[in-house]
Amino acid sequence: MTESDVLVEVHDLKVHFPIKRGLLLDRVVGHVKAVDGVDLSIPRGKTYGLVGESGCGKSTLGRALLQLTPPTGGEVRFDGVELTRLPAGKLRTMRRRMQMIFQDPMSSLDPRQNVESILTEGLQTHGIGTDRDDRRRIIGETLDAVGLPRWALSRYPHEFSGGQRQRIGIARALVLGPELIVADEPVSALDVSIQAQVVNLLDELQDNLGLTYLVIAHDLAVVKHISDVVGVMYLGALVEEAPSDRLYSEPLHPYTRALMSAVPVPDPDVEDRRERILLAGDLPSPANPPSGCRFHTRCPWAQPTRCADERPALRDIGGSRVACHFAERIASGELRPHKVSARIVRPEGEGATPAVVSAPTEPGSYV
Amino acid sequence: MALLEVDDLSVTFARRGQRTVHAVDGVSFSVDAGEVVGLVGESGCGKSVTSLAIMGLLPKQPGLRVGGKAVFDGTDLLQLDDRSRRDIRGRDVAMIFQDPLSSLNPVIPIGLQVTEVLTRHRGMRGEAAQKEAADLLDRVGIPDPRRRLREYPHQLSGGMRQRALIAMAVACQPRLLIADEPTTALDVTIQAQILELLKDLVRDSGTALVMITHDLGVVAGMCDTINVLYAGRVVETARRRPLFREPRHPYTVGLLGSVPRLDAGRGERLNPIPGSVRDLLAWPDGCAFAPRCARRVDECVGEPPELVLAHDGRSYRCVNPAPVGGTVPPAATGGRTATAPAPGTAPAAGGASPAPADDATAGPVPAPREEEKP
Repeated sequence: MTESDVLVEVHDLKVHFPIKRGLLLDRVVGHVKAVDGVDLSIPRGKTYGLVGESGCGKSTLGRALLQLTPPTGGEVRFDGVELTRLPAGKLRTMRRRMQMIFQDPMSSLDPRQNVESILTEGLQTHGIGTDRDDRRRIIGETLDAVGLPRWALSRYPHEFSGGQRQRIGIARALVLGPELIVADEPVSALDVSIQAQVVNLLDELQDNLGLTYLVIAHDLAVVKHISDVVGVMYLGALVEEAPSDRLYSEPLHPYTRALMSAVPVPDPDVEDRRERILLAGDLPSPANPPSGCRFHTRCPWAQPTRCADERPALRDIGGSRVACHFAERIASGELRPHKVSARIVRPEGEGATPAVVSAPTEPGSYV
Repeated sequence: MALLEVDDLSVTFARRGQRTVHAVDGVSFSVDAGEVVGLVGESGCGKSVTSLAIMGLLPKQPGLRVGGKAVFDGTDLLQLDDRSRRDIRGRDVAMIFQDPLSSLNPVIPIGLQVTEVLTRHRGMRGEAAQKEAADLLDRVGIPDPRRRLREYPHQLSGGMRQRALIAMAVACQPRLLIADEPTTALDVTIQAQILELLKDLVRDSGTALVMITHDLGVVAGMCDTINVLYAGRVVETARRRPLFREPRHPYTVGLLGSVPRLDAGRGERLNPIPGSVRDLLAWPDGCAFAPRCARRVDECVGEPPELVLAHDGRSYRCVNPAPVGGTVPPAATGGRTATAPAPGTAPAAGGASPAPADDATAGPVPAPREEEKP
């Protein structure tokens, strides 16, 4: 792969949020390592899917990639330009080329702006279009592209249904003519029949405009459907990265296996026959992640050697990248899964704080 | 006689100056002991209102009308006064809600909330109640239950909160459990744990379970009988396998076609249902799904379609149902190749179909859905 084929290159990206204590004098008592050393690259015109459970850092990674959350360390190269050290003015002009689609269209669209105003704002900021008519033309073309009628321009977000609102969100990202779109849970707030419409729309737009996507979602089936390559995250790091078909047919990392086996498939025959790998317990706290392999506390294949004290690096195994010391031996069936019981891991010195992270703000689709 | 028999249940909300909303419009289904019945549909189809009406939990407000019957073991739950309903609720019939954070009291420790049920219905007090509560938490898989009892809901993770809620619901070994989107707010791995737990409960104690969900995958793995709801009515009822193998109602076909599947190949377009749930016809004027339907014929508009009873407990509310595969043996297609799941791709040529066939079973129409084998 040559340099020009890769649009986004992320190297050792880290985002740590300080945990502060005290009223007047804030003491930093620790860090939540939301993203802790991620390497990935997204080829131009392709879709990279990012999956993982709530709290694994996938949204933070997406935001850090666009510099919406300043990374603590590491590099993000967009089309060869290093973004993390770019001055604010230059970064602003780069933003035109990378846009974001948010999860909940109702809360990411200003209820008091009509659609025309929502779409014009970005054009004005970036000085696209010569005059009002020219901008109207651009907006009109964008509306056509996302399948919204022209009369939508004078309407307000609340007048639309959920699916149409998401189309407005997509139009807002698209109107600037970006190359990269980061879509954070683009369909999870929508009904199933509407989800399919939006997924197809994203597919079409990619075919027509040659867009590059980073799709972040917790719904594995959706991600697998639209992505070329899927990265699985666990506690701030990638545990596996593979072409989307391979990820389902041959998951290599124990966590990926568990994840794949947990996704319900709408087919009774499949459901009855499949073997579920039930994980014990919840995601450990990213403020105090387990030593060694992050997953070893819940891993049914965890071994007494290496797993607890040596953090596995991503390595190539037959076209996939996996962060597991024993991936080959698990794949060959040499290692058998054993039962893991849930353990409570408490952050040190915090008696009553829950040991686990959960994000009730990240539900599946609302119905 | 089934354990719960819901007959022609209807819920309407009337507000002055506004059109009356028929949230539930004549829903009938029944649940036997040890059976799992699914209510499936998208937002606004009335599945949650159905469960709330059965439980008597709808807010008492002027303009609310609940009609029909919900007979549980000989007593009509809808006719009970508040007092006797409270006796049944929690003891014989229990409910699990979608969002455990908003259905647990945030300022009361978990322990008190679990023992409340035990005190109210089983007359347990003090240490005995504590012990039983700890046992319950242990049974639903919460580690270190004694400590958890002293904690507040915010100190538990999402999965644990849902477990605590399930523990409360099963505290009195109810005969009927209604689960309203019990796993929607949870991650897949936690969802798998919770579903497994619910399955165990049904298997071990013979509890009847009404599973309300929008997730067809969950339904496929759990339910014995499935009711598909649209705009407040049941549009199709079938056993689990027939429903997924040969969906008859175009809405069911559409739903199945719009879900991306984990075991499908890449690059297949989904077949979404056009329009949105908002585009509907009022039931008295015809089929509510007609505006979005690919198999619409003239008969769809005018009067509401009757429920057509088919063999094996199946029924659907459609005048032009999707044809059955008939001669195509289900196992004929081995591995799934590039054939797209093509439900709903046999449209009835727009609005005026030349063949307004009532029953297209024997028609030489291509099978609506390739049988999918992994």
